[in-house]
Amino acid sequence: MEFIGGKLLQVVIALAIFAAVIGIIMLVVDRAPKSVKDRVTVAGFLAPAAILMLVGLVYPAIRTSTLAFTDASGNGNGFDNFVWMFTQPEALTTLRNTVIWTVLVPLLSTSFGLAYAVFIDKARGEKVLKSLVFMPMAISFVGAGIIWKLVYDYRGPGIEQTGVLNFFRDALGMDPKQFLLDAPENTFFLIIVMVWIQTGFAMVILSAAIKGVPVELVEAARLDGANAWQQFRNVTIPGIRGALVVVLTTITIATLKVFDIVRTMTAGNYDTSVVANEMYTQAFRAGEPGRGAALALVLFLMVLPIVVYNARVLRKQREIH
Amino acid sequence: MKKTKYLLPVAAAGVLALTLSACSGDGGGGGSTAGSDNCSAYESYGKHDGKTVSVYSTIVDIEATNLEESWKQFEDCTGITIKYEGSKEFETQIGVRAQSGTAPDVAIFPQPGLLATQARAGYLKPAPKTVSDLVDKNWSPDWKKYGTVDGTYYAAPMLANVKGFVWYAPKTFKDKGWEVPKTWDEMIDLSKKIAADDKNMKPWCAGFESGEATGWPGTDWIEDVVLRAHGPEVYDQWVAHQIPFNDPKIVESFDKAGDILLNQDMVNGGFGDVRSILSTGFAQAGQPVLDGTCAMHHQANFQAANWPAGTNVAEDGDVWAFITPPIDESKGKAVTGGGEMVGAYKDTAEVQSFLAYLASADFANNRVKLGGVVSANKGLDPNNAQSDLDKLTVKILQDPETVFRFDGSDLMPSAVGSNSFWKGIVQWINGTSSQDVANSIESSWPKS
Repeated sequence: MEFIGGKLLQVVIALAIFAAVIGIIMLVVDRAPKSVKDRVTVAGFLAPAAILMLVGLVYPAIRTSTLAFTDASGNGNGFDNFVWMFTQPEALTTLRNTVIWTVLVPLLSTSFGLAYAVFIDKARGEKVLKSLVFMPMAISFVGAGIIWKLVYDYRGPGIEQTGVLNFFRDALGMDPKQFLLDAPENTFFLIIVMVWIQTGFAMVILSAAIKGVPVELVEAARLDGANAWQQFRNVTIPGIRGALVVVLTTITIATLKVFDIVRTMTAGNYDTSVVANEMYTQAFRAGEPGRGAALALVLFLMVLPIVVYNARVLRKQREIH
Repeated sequence: MKKTKYLLPVAAAGVLALTLSACSGDGGGGGSTAGSDNCSAYESYGKHDGKTVSVYSTIVDIEATNLEESWKQFEDCTGITIKYEGSKEFETQIGVRAQSGTAPDVAIFPQPGLLATQARAGYLKPAPKTVSDLVDKNWSPDWKKYGTVDGTYYAAPMLANVKGFVWYAPKTFKDKGWEVPKTWDEMIDLSKKIAADDKNMKPWCAGFESGEATGWPGTDWIEDVVLRAHGPEVYDQWVAHQIPFNDPKIVESFDKAGDILLNQDMVNGGFGDVRSILSTGFAQAGQPVLDGTCAMHHQANFQAANWPAGTNVAEDGDVWAFITPPIDESKGKAVTGGGEMVGAYKDTAEVQSFLAYLASADFANNRVKLGGVVSANKGLDPNNAQSDLDKLTVKILQDPETVFRFDGSDLMPSAVGSNSFWKGIVQWINGTSSQDVANSIESSWPKS
């Protein structure tokens, strides 16, 4: 009991300190002479956030960048880590896989999500149908990895199958398959897991966007004699372009960072590793923080253009409205 | 409008409160300082009332309970509270935690290579003199070497295990009239005989799946073969990288292990083909020995804990084990094994006192008495070993004839020992040739 009391006291003290600091900032800002008031106000309120940004974002970014040019014992080694990344067959496989992931996952989950959103739009039981597809979103990547690992489980021919898929293969008289071991298709079996999770996200956002397309436009198109495909192609798609970009870029960034699924299901073995997984393995298991940092840097450079593009499109849209 | 003015600070305060409550670690339950009657044995460790030492290691489940039990009295008598945390993710997490400044006070390293990485990075504190003296007294110089990095002594050994046991069901052997093989060749002959005789039984079962550490049980196979076929000198050179990893002797050892592991007729009883070794968990892999779908299983002494509850592990019981037999008998009675090294990230008085206890013969006896493990501590009374297997293991460890070598992958730099060697084994089982695998591991050896 006294233990909980101590913790509560800590919280109360912390809150009091926080309130006091904010109070002082407000007071100072309020009392500042009129001539510099605006600048003080801006500085007063931006400073805490700016300091947190510096400590939590800018400093680690700089540190990672310098680390990328050092070897295991912390001495500078120029571009060795990058040379390793683009010459070692294993590291190349990692880069190749990341590209496959980033192309397939956003494309597949957005198409599936869009198709599903269009087909169930205004259908009976729409809410139930939607939640069915959305549900995997609620499962963590690690959880999903474990579930699908069981789905792909393997036992030799003639032995009772424990995995769902191999059970069906067995029932159909086919030989069981080592889904997670057979390169290169195993990467696609991992990608299915991510698509399974992300389709729900795409579907929900796109469904909301579709509902936002003005009814008048759709009706006008119908009166002009447009068939369903033409309506979809020429009215719906332009109407939801903004949402499509957001969905595609968000999923792309999530895919570039994919780590949990690969780590849980294959740990990057059997040619399935991706950049984020290799970064972790190199930095923390192999004791090569330099290589890990170099991979992190490359990952950052891969994400950057997408973030910039995303911000651009959003700004352009705001200008239109 | 007025309302929103307060919303932000309140929300911020809420977030802050949540963060704080998440950060303030639980200060540890009340360590009862009840003065026990037999505290006299612990007087030398001093009194440290109210102090806490956090310990982090790979040891979990029942083994962790036993470990905590073995220092219970030490806690009661010295007043130190030991906050123990075991994790299967230790090998990677210890690096993460050291780098992020949240290292435990004491870490129990299962691999000297990992210990060396941490020591060279400047995180570890050198071992106190008392610990160093205890190790001189209680262990062979080999063991002291494993805790020494670049001439500085860091860590005392704790427990030990012996690898390279071959597990079998004595009843099956007796029924079929098979003899426990005395040499590698006899073992291969027996395997061939089993493969030819019985359609429902494979001579071997194996499983190398172990999450992100998948592949490590395979490194034990290779190490056993290198040590037995080429002797301790070559083994030491190999581990220290004085000969390259793709030396012909090493590649030949891969092939020799491959005679069993890569042969469709030899593996993998109860699970499938050769490649099913990779998708079979190392803890489950031995089970078919019990139901007769495989005859032999290669795994360290800790396999005793992997059998289902109620399995009688004894020479005339359900399962028993023999040490992987010699390949070249002139190279001596070779065994590989492992052990934990206790390193410290802090050098406070209570940490030093705890380190001294773990290095003492008292600790070894207290822990071994609880069963399941042994120690290479010379102060260990063999009669304290609980099971037949523990007795056999102590006998092997204390036998002056035994050529003992530490698990090679644990001694190699982590870039190899806990990364490319594991991955190499995975590729090897998955179909890559011995030569290619050895070449790729050699190329991953750190330059500095």
